[in-house]
Amino acid sequence: MPSPFILDRTSVTQVMAWVLAALLPGIAVYVWLFGPGILITLTLATATALAAEAAMLKMRGYPAKPFLTDLSAIVTAWLLALSLPALAPWWLIVTGTLFAIVVAKHLYGGLGQNIFNPAMVGYAVLIVSFPVQMTQWPGPLSLTDAPLTLAQSASVIFGGIPQATLDAVTMATPLDALRTGLLQQYTVDEIMTQPIFGYYGGIGFEWLAGAFLLGGLLLWALRIISWQVPLAFLAGIWLAAGFLHFFDAGRFGAPWFHLFSPAVMLGAFFIATDPVSGATTPRGKLVFGFGAGLLTIIIRTWGGYPDGVAFAILLMNLSVPLIDAWTQPRIYGEARRRDKEPPA
Amino acid sequence: MTLQEFNTIFQNGLSKQNAGLVQLLGLCPLLAISTTLVNALSLGLATMLVMASASGAVSSVRHFVPHEIRIPVFVLIIAALVTVIDLLMNAFVHPLYLVLGIFIPLITTNCIVLARADAFASKNRPLHSVVDAIAMGLGLTMVLVVLGGMRELAGQGTLLSGIDLVFGEESKQFVLHVLPDYQGFLLAILPPGAFIALGLLIAAHNWQKARAERRLHAATPMPA
Repeated sequence: MPSPFILDRTSVTQVMAWVLAALLPGIAVYVWLFGPGILITLTLATATALAAEAAMLKMRGYPAKPFLTDLSAIVTAWLLALSLPALAPWWLIVTGTLFAIVVAKHLYGGLGQNIFNPAMVGYAVLIVSFPVQMTQWPGPLSLTDAPLTLAQSASVIFGGIPQATLDAVTMATPLDALRTGLLQQYTVDEIMTQPIFGYYGGIGFEWLAGAFLLGGLLLWALRIISWQVPLAFLAGIWLAAGFLHFFDAGRFGAPWFHLFSPAVMLGAFFIATDPVSGATTPRGKLVFGFGAGLLTIIIRTWGGYPDGVAFAILLMNLSVPLIDAWTQPRIYGEARRRDKEPPA
Repeated sequence: MTLQEFNTIFQNGLSKQNAGLVQLLGLCPLLAISTTLVNALSLGLATMLVMASASGAVSSVRHFVPHEIRIPVFVLIIAALVTVIDLLMNAFVHPLYLVLGIFIPLITTNCIVLARADAFASKNRPLHSVVDAIAMGLGLTMVLVVLGGMRELAGQGTLLSGIDLVFGEESKQFVLHVLPDYQGFLLAILPPGAFIALGLLIAAHNWQKARAERRLHAATPMPA
């Protein structure tokens, strides 16, 4: 073994395996609180991603086995599946996953070359193209009269259940409820008395956010992700939402409400920390995370789409070359800028 | 004009120097108007008409235009011709004129028109210039049509929708509903769809070119 004898979790497969493992608590809570439909979505996305990855590798003349078993396609598939409504129709899941793997990953050059996070590109394509189907979120089980079984969820996803049945199990997400309520001239406090809201976020949703946070902390404890991006992302959310809330508590959601949404936790720990499409310098990571958090709140507050996390991260992905160029760390031994002699 | 000259000009216009796929000139109308096949074909033909008449006119006056002020002179000629086309379309295909809107007067600023006038017509005889403009215009129209067809098919599952804008109400029967009960893929019609589809077309064109070159090299082995 070459010096300096430090074992590190650096192989792509190991990192990806840990990311998948860290998603498991979130998935378990998802199934427990929202029903087993998400399992079908995850399976379908995984199968599509692997098939698309294999086809693209073959077309590009790469060996299939080492790249298929590095688990990166599965991570993309899971992140996309967790961002989609659990009762979305099957073709929605397949389209999004295909777009993520084929266009966002392989057409840009494959793993390590993609400038955008593939899962978020897949999500953005779907939310722009199919806004109606992207609202089929199952309500939390505690608020549903007749929760769907696994078989019923399958028949919803693969078509064959009438819209009325679907309307009975789907519900507005907390963010949707907030947006609609504000449009109807209610204050934030009045909206928060609706039954779907829990302690900080929506019932169920806040626990899901907690489970993603737990998985994210595991990744940080294993040093698979650095602390800068998640912390800066959450700080960006908290400060931006806190400023608006302080400014007018009746019209802007509380910072805790925004923090305890699953999308924010998933974005902060699993998506913005993508080593390929994110910033690489330590200070750059802070800028990247903070910018993404700030943009999330801006898009959530004034944008027309259900959530802003995906667009915020994609916009920051776009700024990464600039951020990295501005935040190059000082080479050890070089003079600090303020110590440098002013030019004569 | 010999047949060989004619062939070279056409090959350049349709493939080697294709305005849409190789020179990437005139992208603004290309991306904005290629939402349906009918729109794309109409604007492509209008542009070709402008290019042919502009190149012929520029080539005829090329000996009388001082080199230093050639660009403003060419732009004036092109603008005059575009105004004629604009009025003609307003008179004869008014519904289509309303759909294409600002992009008809904007043919004036389409860089491919000025590029051919300056790069070819100002240096060649009128007949050659007109042939070159038609070849270039056809090349651009081809790309527009393929792009429009792709986006219309992916976006709304039809082909030739809006044909009634050109040929009147009765021609509505020619609209092909290729994918019945199609949900619609909004992205293809939105601007990102235009960029993605054009990128795919350019990639396909490059791929085909690379393959043709490989075959050529395989057929004629290099001397050792």
